[in-house]
Amino acid sequence: MSSSTRVARACTVAIVGHVDHGKSTVIGRLLADTGSLPDGKLDAVAAHCRRASQPFEYAYLVDALRDERAQGITIDAARIFFRSAARDYQIIDAPGHVEFVRNMITGAARAAAALLVVDAEDGIQENSRRHAWLLAMLGVRQLAVLVNKMDRVARGEHAFAGRERAIREMLAERGITPACVIPVVARDGDNLARRSETMPWYSGPTLLEALDAFDPEPPATHLPFRMPVQDVYKRDLDGGLRRVLAGTVASGCIAVGDEIVVHPSGKRSRVARIAQFPTTSTEAAAGEAVGLTLEDQLYVQRGALLSRAAEPAPSIAARIRASLFWLSRTPMVKGKTYVVKLGTARVTARVTEIRQLMDTDGAPVERHGDSIGHNQVADCVLDLDAPLACDEADVIGETSRFVVVDDHAIRGGGIVREALGAANDRSTESAASRGAVLWLTGLSGAGKSTLATWLESELLQQGHRVERLDGDTLRHLLPGVGFSRAERDAHIQRVGHLASRLEHHGVIVIAAFISPYAAAREFVRGICDNFIEVYISTPLAECERRDPKGLYSRARRGEIEHFTGIDDPFEPPSRAEIVLDTTGLTVEEAGSAILDYLAQRNGAHDGSSR
Amino acid sequence: MDHLAELEARSIHILREARANFRRLAMLWSVGKDSTVLLWLARKAFLGEVPFPLVHIDTSFKIPEMIRYRDQLTAEWKLDMIWARNDAALASKRTFPDGAVDRLTCCRLLKTDALKQALSGAGERHRFNHDTHRYEIEAAPEPFTGVIVGLRADEEGSRSKERYFSPRGTDAGWDIGEQPPEFWNQYNTEFAPGTHVRIHPLLDWTEANVWEYIARESIPVVPLYFDDGTGRRYRSLGCAPCTNPVESSATSAEEIVVELTRGKFARVAERAGRAQDLEDGGGLETLRRGGYM
Repeated sequence: MSSSTRVARACTVAIVGHVDHGKSTVIGRLLADTGSLPDGKLDAVAAHCRRASQPFEYAYLVDALRDERAQGITIDAARIFFRSAARDYQIIDAPGHVEFVRNMITGAARAAAALLVVDAEDGIQENSRRHAWLLAMLGVRQLAVLVNKMDRVARGEHAFAGRERAIREMLAERGITPACVIPVVARDGDNLARRSETMPWYSGPTLLEALDAFDPEPPATHLPFRMPVQDVYKRDLDGGLRRVLAGTVASGCIAVGDEIVVHPSGKRSRVARIAQFPTTSTEAAAGEAVGLTLEDQLYVQRGALLSRAAEPAPSIAARIRASLFWLSRTPMVKGKTYVVKLGTARVTARVTEIRQLMDTDGAPVERHGDSIGHNQVADCVLDLDAPLACDEADVIGETSRFVVVDDHAIRGGGIVREALGAANDRSTESAASRGAVLWLTGLSGAGKSTLATWLESELLQQGHRVERLDGDTLRHLLPGVGFSRAERDAHIQRVGHLASRLEHHGVIVIAAFISPYAAAREFVRGICDNFIEVYISTPLAECERRDPKGLYSRARRGEIEHFTGIDDPFEPPSRAEIVLDTTGLTVEEAGSAILDYLAQRNGAHDGSSR
Repeated sequence: MDHLAELEARSIHILREARANFRRLAMLWSVGKDSTVLLWLARKAFLGEVPFPLVHIDTSFKIPEMIRYRDQLTAEWKLDMIWARNDAALASKRTFPDGAVDRLTCCRLLKTDALKQALSGAGERHRFNHDTHRYEIEAAPEPFTGVIVGLRADEEGSRSKERYFSPRGTDAGWDIGEQPPEFWNQYNTEFAPGTHVRIHPLLDWTEANVWEYIARESIPVVPLYFDDGTGRRYRSLGCAPCTNPVESSATSAEEIVVELTRGKFARVAERAGRAQDLEDGGGLETLRRGGYM
């Protein structure tokens, strides 16, 4: 069926240029001349123009909003769909007004190619330069130029040649070589869908021919494999509950059996399955949305970046040097904390250095202070509060691009030019995370210490500040504790006060104590802000079977008195946040349950509570 | 990857971003072809489960087959189904054409207002109980902060200007002139208290793409879209008084694709059969600024 061959090829093209140079007219006329408009649409626009006592305006076909028609300008990028004889197109009409650069970027960043419209009479204007420069920065490499309104310069070859030369020079400065420069009269349809009879001296392609010659951007399959993890789902697969790493392959390819590395933690495993419900594949490439299961049940969270062990790894940056463009009227200021989102990772960061500042048209700003203003571009250094896995822009574009969020919205974007190491000791920097007290309670041998050690290492790798409090770490600080109820209560209270102090400074405290008495635990809950009681409920029989330190056998022989579970009671928590029986669980399985809870509670997967 | 595969992957990516960023998330399901494709994509994105409730705004003027089909798929796919309705407007007969109001006011009351009340939790919500197979009134309805909607950019002018993640103000208003930027697969997922975000995974799909995908994936859609032997079928589904069937003998998704790309509808707008769009020269934009989908 021929519709399936159409489906196979589609191309997204952005149309940019200075306000009033005729972008919307180019699109409107192209739609009309290719028979892409629904019946009656032209008549409706004609009637509208008659009512408003205006000449017929092709731009109204795409400038659909009332404000746009009233002001005669495009405010926001529109998606326009049409089909040439060769393939499907999505044309993105980007606004030319300087006020709407953020909308131009929103439109142009999705495009595989761009059309730059320049008025034959006006020539290159501020936004012609600005858009060309932004296209280069956004990574849009294919460009055709339309010199519009040729009727205003008598459709003359000489006038066109002068414009073409100036445009090619301006683009060359920004590292862009246009595929072609076409003289057009958009209103009359000259050299859009049909060759102009009034400009016979021009022998290059028409707009439609130029469009059909663009490459629909091929996905970056030839680059090293990268996949930002969007989420982790637990699903019943291969006879057990598996953690499925969901994400879209950003670049490269992956196959079942490949060894992968999880960044920034550096953990490794092999791909067990590539799930694409309801089917399963053995391989996947850039652009595909997949779910990976691994041979090992690694603890991986949203924000991690996967690579293939056989290929070059991404950089793990503590600081980045970036080209950053700012789109908000409130300037970006040095030293203030912003959120940086790259892939699915989200870190807080501060600008520490502004090396160079330019307007979005590429002109340098000579005098600048400690801020990046509206529509300015900076070469700057950002210090990150947690290590970030990323690539430099000239290595892999997809994983070098980031946005800056402030006050609930995206305010700017940038590309990583250089990944830098730590400026100073990172332990003084990670101030952003919220503190918490993970209180592990349960019988001796239930698995508290093993879990505490595992949790400590996982949380440290995630960039948190962590303190583990247990018998081992407190031996010197709080020694000589007896086993009477009063002595045990006093000990737990001291530990509780210590935990509460640490928590207030943003530390995640992992406390592992038998702490058998409910009242003592409730005391600690009362003095902490973010207390999470984790009841390790492994049954006595299992603990006694494990007996890692031989204490149960000694207690049974009467060599130890007041031993919890033998001759002293354990009062099980009645409102523990987490209850875990570690019988038959690996430490990763049990620990993952705790980290998932913590991430949900602290990470707050909901914008309103961040 | 062909174009449909690209569209599918992008939509799945957006659905997964929505799920990862919004704890109180819901998807609107009108039972039409677009939101049914969206539902299909959600099952793919989350590997067979739909991890959020579906909300259906029932105007009481919907074509009865739509309700039957809704409840059938709800049971079959174990969907967390919610419906809501503006009972006050219905009781006072502020409806078109049987009441005292025009089409746009009827749309605003029965759809926009019902939707806003359902999303904020202020209105009654009926939730399907899979044990009893009946709808029950939700005891303490929570406000949703993320709402997935199956609208497409090619439907109409104001929809062509939408973002994938579109922040809405208090009272669900849409400030078209001040939309924040969105690029490089990064979306506006954060929002101020009292506001919510509309999420549009199907923006890049055309009507033809939707039918091509329905054909490729054999997605079950409500039979009203196909000619039942009378030589008529629905191209777009809404309320019975304001939606007209079209003359067509297409009986399958494949035949509809041919009709749309090379046949009699290649140059006829999809919503030509929707009367409310024709009012006021920009009826849908007016509705949508006020919170309509």
